[in-house]
Amino acid sequence: MLSVRDLTVSIGSDAAPVDIVSGVSFDIGKGEILGLVGESGCGKSMTSLAVMGLLPQPGPRIRGGRIELVGADVTTLQPWQRVEAGHGRIAMIFQEPMTSLNPVRRIGDQIAEAVRVHDGLSGAAAWTRARELLEQVRIPDAALQLSAYPHQLSGGQRQRIMIAIALACRPQVLIADEPTTALDVTIQIQILGLLRDLCNRLDMSILFITHDMGVIAQLADRVAVMYGGRIVETADVATLFGEPRHHYTRGLMDCMPVRNLGARRLPTIAGQAPRPGTIRTGCVFAPRCVAAQDVCRTATPPRLALGEGHEALCAFPLDAGRPS
Amino acid sequence: MWSYALKRAGATLVTLWAASVIIFAFIHLIPGDPIYVLLGDTATPDQIDRLRHELGLDEPIVVQYLQWAGHALRGDLGQSIFFQAPVTRVIADGAETSILLATMTMVWVVLIGVPIGTIAAVRHGTWLDQGLSGVAMFFASVPTFWVGLYLILIFAATLGWLPSSGYPSIFEGGSGNLRYLLLPSLTLAAPNAALILRLTRASMLDVSREDYVRTARAKGIRPWQVVRRHILRNALLTVVSAFGFTFAALMSEAVVTETVFALPGIGRLVVQSILRRDYPVIQGIILVIVVLYLFINLIVDLAYRFLDPRVELQ
Amino acid sequence: MSRDGITMWLTPFLARPIALIGLCVLLAMVIAAAFAPWLAPYDPYAIHPVSRLMPPDAVHWFGTDQFGRDTLSRAIYSARMALLIGAGVVLFALITGIPIGVFSALFPRLGHVLMRMVDVLMAFPSLLLALGLIVILGPSVANSIIAIGAGYMTTTTRIIYGLALRLRAETYVEASRSMGSGTGWLVVKHILPNLISPLLVQASFVFAFAQLGAASLDFLGLGAPPDIPSWGNMLAESRTFITRAPWLLFFPGMMIVLTAFSLNLVGDALRDRLDPRFRDVFSGEG
Repeated sequence: MLSVRDLTVSIGSDAAPVDIVSGVSFDIGKGEILGLVGESGCGKSMTSLAVMGLLPQPGPRIRGGRIELVGADVTTLQPWQRVEAGHGRIAMIFQEPMTSLNPVRRIGDQIAEAVRVHDGLSGAAAWTRARELLEQVRIPDAALQLSAYPHQLSGGQRQRIMIAIALACRPQVLIADEPTTALDVTIQIQILGLLRDLCNRLDMSILFITHDMGVIAQLADRVAVMYGGRIVETADVATLFGEPRHHYTRGLMDCMPVRNLGARRLPTIAGQAPRPGTIRTGCVFAPRCVAAQDVCRTATPPRLALGEGHEALCAFPLDAGRPS
Repeated sequence: MWSYALKRAGATLVTLWAASVIIFAFIHLIPGDPIYVLLGDTATPDQIDRLRHELGLDEPIVVQYLQWAGHALRGDLGQSIFFQAPVTRVIADGAETSILLATMTMVWVVLIGVPIGTIAAVRHGTWLDQGLSGVAMFFASVPTFWVGLYLILIFAATLGWLPSSGYPSIFEGGSGNLRYLLLPSLTLAAPNAALILRLTRASMLDVSREDYVRTARAKGIRPWQVVRRHILRNALLTVVSAFGFTFAALMSEAVVTETVFALPGIGRLVVQSILRRDYPVIQGIILVIVVLYLFINLIVDLAYRFLDPRVELQ
Repeated sequence: MSRDGITMWLTPFLARPIALIGLCVLLAMVIAAAFAPWLAPYDPYAIHPVSRLMPPDAVHWFGTDQFGRDTLSRAIYSARMALLIGAGVVLFALITGIPIGVFSALFPRLGHVLMRMVDVLMAFPSLLLALGLIVILGPSVANSIIAIGAGYMTTTTRIIYGLALRLRAETYVEASRSMGSGTGWLVVKHILPNLISPLLVQASFVFAFAQLGAASLDFLGLGAPPDIPSWGNMLAESRTFITRAPWLLFFPGMMIVLTAFSLNLVGDALRDRLDPRFRDVFSGEG
């Protein structure tokens, strides 16, 4: 459904660009959930905004690569241009449900606005459809909430509204950028359940972006691990958790609280994530990698194919089958 | 909402009371005995005593204030020395010109300031934006009367298209007389439209960085619709709240503009009354304008809160 | 001032070359005011009935007025009045505004009453307040400064009050820890230094507005005495001759615009470089 090839997003001048996303490639099949995981600042949000055609202007721009949505090249198109051209449909929900809705317009208006664009409905018909959507995301008293303003709703409800707005676009692909980070844990579980359910019922693909390995384990079919603007490892969820091959992935796993029950201190990965543009040669993870050799700092690491859909960007990957 | 409105109205009344004390004190602060000021140097002691008693100036100052305030509440602002007529009448004679001038000016301010500010914001960072913002800053830096004199030089003296001074009432000469107010209203609009333009642009740029604007874009609606339905609408809330300030600026600049164009309005009346030492008229006009200004600020503030649904819960 | 300090103040101007031009224009004004007797080609008061209302030429670059006085020389001398009024109004606003604003923020109970009184003064449109004061004080240069300053003292006090409140909240913990060192120390150490850059922004805007206010008073005949060269007085006189001698309208007006425009440019550039926490106190002022 969605295919991203060698996507490079840069900031700075054309003469001296600084890549914040470099050479990112991934595919998402129909009805599949791909988890894109990484620390903050690793470029995952920029990747999602680039895919959506929503990079802030002026600011970062796509310097190379290709984004294909249901077979059509949409690399340089903004959402409205994609609608106009009749390409595949894609929608997005964001991290901050508190600020992502217009505070001075009613919920119904904000959903109906998307309905009008994508279904060509107007007036009462658009509102009826908006009510259906609210029911779909399990908002109680849907008819009543249509005329509410965002500040009258809780964070979880607002995120459901955001999902309803996304569904109004009848998306084949949904991008969810840390949609549960700002929410309480119980609400988080409900929203994840809702997304899983919608994915199954509507046969929708999801690109799910998070820093939380626990969320990935619950929701994703496949995982791409991102570090320093690059995807360092891709695998299906069972393989990745069972046999991580990249040292960074392994590090992330070791940091998961659930694997360290009873431990006095959680393990951490030494060092800090690199600022964009500071590492120009060799492997981006080398400065923090326990297994780094001299060659890691000078030569770009190879992308190793390690099995069915399993790749790692590493010259000295961990052994397969090693218990983690 | 209603309790807020009441509270706000109460605060306005308190401010008005304090302002009225200052305005009352005004005549007493003018150097010299107000009686000499009112009667001039040629008055006889007899006349002086009589007027002092008539005006209640032999009473304690608090009693004088209460009498003055009581009269003012009943619409009696005293007698004009120059016109030998009630101040209220004198002000009412100038009101038509000033109200029409202010209205026309506000129309220009909104018609020029908001759309051009929007264009500058939408084309943010381009040469068009820089040009428009530069022009706006130019007009914010220009003395009002200079613009007025140039408009007279070009459109009245050189081209002869429009009258350069005076204003015969529309009630006598028909609405065609509004052309007398065209140049004055443009003069008065120039700095204020510039202010609203800059404010519209700045608050639109602020709003366009909000997350909900990104949500609107993600829906796939056209850029212009995003601007109209999400950015402009929210930005105008800020602009509306600046209209009280604009009114005050307009009142100040009207004094000069009416003088330049010799309009028979309240603004020129102030200046003439200062030169004629007609203090009751100055006092009356200041009181009327302060009341108007406080009232407009109250309305603007309530309108702002009415337009913003978030306030409901607070 | 240390080298770093100088760089810090210059960066807003380097980032925006047009603001640098504004700074240069202001510098030129200061030079014109300081060296007026040497820079002005003629005596600004000298009357030459023969060469009345002469258009600009090689002898009189800006032409002459109805008394045959050289417009360029008068315009140069007027820079003195402009700087005097501008600096006077800014000083007046700061000298009244800083104590009232800071005091009100530190002592909320009395401060609240004081700020309400400032609000009452704000109910008077600025030029109307100035005219009222001129009626009481009589027209003169010094009284122009007081009359215009009174209007900007209110906005300046409000801004200082808002900033001081924020700073007090921030340094509150520190202050309570060092109770012994007292309020004076808090003001000197934490509040005043942080007020410098926002007040520099406010000063540029007030300086600009003061030019326009003074010009209005002069134009109405209620400012500086008419024989003193000031751009406002020159414009007031030019009014009678606008068709016969349009240069009398153009040059003094351009000087006012240039001064106010430059100050606004500088103020804008400084504001945009201000700490974002302090920037929003300037919204609504254009």
